[in-house]
Amino acid sequence: MPLDESAVLSRVNEILAEHNGMEGPLLPILHAIQESFGHVPQAALPVIAQHLTLSRAEVHGVMSFYHDFREQPAGRHVLKLCRAEACQSMGADRMAEHAQRRFGIEWHETTKDGAVTLEPVFCLGLCACAPAAMVDGRLVGRLDEARLDALAEELR
Amino acid sequence: MKIYVPGDAAAKALGADDVARAVVTEAAARGVEVTVVRNGSRGMIWLEPLVEIVTDQGRMGFGPMLVADVPALFGDAEAHPKALGLVEELPWMKRQTRLTFARVGVIDPLSLAEYELHHGLKGLRRAIAMEPAAIVQEVTDSGLRGRGGAGFPTGIKWKTVHDAQAPQKYIVCNADEGDSATFADRMLMEGDPFTLVEGMAIAGLAVGATKGYIYTRSEYPDAVSQMQKAIEIARAAGVLGASVLGSGRAFDMEVRVGAGAYVCGEETSLLNSLEGKRGVVRAKPPLPALEGFMGRPTVVNNVISLASVPVIMDRGAAFYKHFGMGRSHGTMALQIAGNVRFGGLFETAFGLSLGEIVDDIGGGTASGRPVKAVQVGGPLGAWFPRELFDTPFTYEDFAAKGGLIGHAGLTIADDTVDMLKMARFAMEFCAIESCGKCTPCRIGAVRGVETLDRIGGGDASGIPLLTDLCETMKSGSLCALGGFTPYPVMSALTHFPDDFTATHKEAAE
Ligand SMILES: Cc1cc2nc3c(=O)[nH]c(=O)nc-3n(C[C@H](O)[C@H](O)[C@H](O)COP(=O)(O)O)c2cc1C
Ligand code: SF4
Ligand code: FES
Ligand code: FES
Repeated sequence: MPLDESAVLSRVNEILAEHNGMEGPLLPILHAIQESFGHVPQAALPVIAQHLTLSRAEVHGVMSFYHDFREQPAGRHVLKLCRAEACQSMGADRMAEHAQRRFGIEWHETTKDGAVTLEPVFCLGLCACAPAAMVDGRLVGRLDEARLDALAEELR
Repeated sequence: MKIYVPGDAAAKALGADDVARAVVTEAAARGVEVTVVRNGSRGMIWLEPLVEIVTDQGRMGFGPMLVADVPALFGDAEAHPKALGLVEELPWMKRQTRLTFARVGVIDPLSLAEYELHHGLKGLRRAIAMEPAAIVQEVTDSGLRGRGGAGFPTGIKWKTVHDAQAPQKYIVCNADEGDSATFADRMLMEGDPFTLVEGMAIAGLAVGATKGYIYTRSEYPDAVSQMQKAIEIARAAGVLGASVLGSGRAFDMEVRVGAGAYVCGEETSLLNSLEGKRGVVRAKPPLPALEGFMGRPTVVNNVISLASVPVIMDRGAAFYKHFGMGRSHGTMALQIAGNVRFGGLFETAFGLSLGEIVDDIGGGTASGRPVKAVQVGGPLGAWFPRELFDTPFTYEDFAAKGGLIGHAGLTIADDTVDMLKMARFAMEFCAIESCGKCTPCRIGAVRGVETLDRIGGGDASGIPLLTDLCETMKSGSLCALGGFTPYPVMSALTHFPDDFTATHKEAAE
């Protein structure tokens, strides 16, 4: 469902106002917008740009530099699997293959029913209880195939 | 009854929230009155969730706890199948020298009263009574070097900022802990956030900065909320604000959250990001100490560097300096991770050998197979084979063996690890995370992946190409992302050449 543009703009303006007076407000603003809409809607960019006296391209340039910011909404759930070395030493590659097979998607893709988006992440600070995952902000340590299957059942 | 159930992210990832709920439910069912404290983690991650019950003898530990283990806590606790005895008496705890992490896992992280009971704010009180230059001197004399990776003397950095003239100066805490196998910053922020608040306030008084920022990661939601709460509590108590502890001098701070870019841990990239720009690395000079955040003199220090300052100011420079070995003074929070039996955080004076850390403290692999290689210092650190296990854990000794200690994370891998694949991953990671400024890093890393695929496919002529490429990356990169990625790659090739031979199967993603 496309977002109602005037609703987007009124929320974006609220967020901009909340960040007045901050030093270097652009990342906090983008985070707040993504928190509100699940992504950063295109319509928000010119408004942010004008407010911060930047060009639209500059705002887009900042947004695209960071892995976190999405131009499109994600699925209803985001499953992040750690791909970094400590998790690899405990079978992260196997977990990734299992998840990709189970959901039928590759990295950064969303299942057809819109339930799950799969994202790689490089370290969640859970390296002593690897492999690690994050499901919509909830952390999971010592992931194995059974835990992944249970998560898959849960994430519908 | 007082029961501790860690609120640390690793403990939660292993079910601590469910255990905490079960404790409350079970207590209610039995009509027992309990106070549940969500402490930090003691660092024994293999025992998490590690529940502690306060007794007359001390704090009795139980772990790793499952919800099903909770009811028995209310019976004969000593006969509990997960009983560990007194936590302070466990060998892992007794062997440590906990200076920076003295309170982590011990106190209620958000109780300022408990913080003060455990020597909190003593360093700051002493600093308030001193001349700023004397604070800088004390930190210099302690021998403290940056714990973020580069090991630059903290006092010298502070002196540059102290001596600079400017209408506004800043303290920026680098909490962007992105290295695999590291979680010390996270554990400290979650388990004892006031220590970081105090360390930053002391830094502010020392250099004349009135504003501080903690730049941390979006992957650390628990640390973010814990720090925000601690800052609010500290502000309400007058530890932060217009007059720090009534000194008449101002210092305040806030938390900022990155957006999933590893390179933003590099200090100049971090400053750009904090200013709301792309996290591209800046050329030095100018040093951030002179032209940092918003072009103003800025101290950029790692969490552990700043969190070590309160104990230095409290106990004195000489006390801190006498720990350690050679020019590596004080303690380091080792983070033992990956395929390891006893994984977690172990704070100790510099100088243990790598073998003692991996075999004695870590207990070897979790899989029970032989240790093949250990990567020290995160994704830009070298892989060490068993033959180098006698290397003492100091900045200099690791550099002498073609490695680095970085932020002191250790990834242990057993004999099933494929070192060509690890070398390929290092290049792939560099390609994904490059800020794009230098060709050798941005393009070189992509070539590195291709070259390693050729070698994996049996083409030995790729090996000299890889070596040349690493030389180019080392000499032609502006920062250590491009410049140090050759460490894991070349150490894998040098120490494990068999993994790079023709018989080796093609490296799969
Ligand atoms: C690619 C890259 C990533 C880095 N990541 C971190 C980090 O996550 N945390 C950190 O404290 N330092 C990191 N550093 C080192 C910082 O640039 C800088 O040396 C450090 O923050 C200085 O603080 P210290 O002197 O207290 O160590 C990184 C450096 C590079 C090149
Ligand atoms: S080495 Fe890589 S990450 Fe570092 S400045 Fe150059 S391009 Fe950016
Ligand atoms: S390497 Fe996976 S959580 Fe740190
Ligand atoms: S600094 Fe210009 S290419 Fe590296």
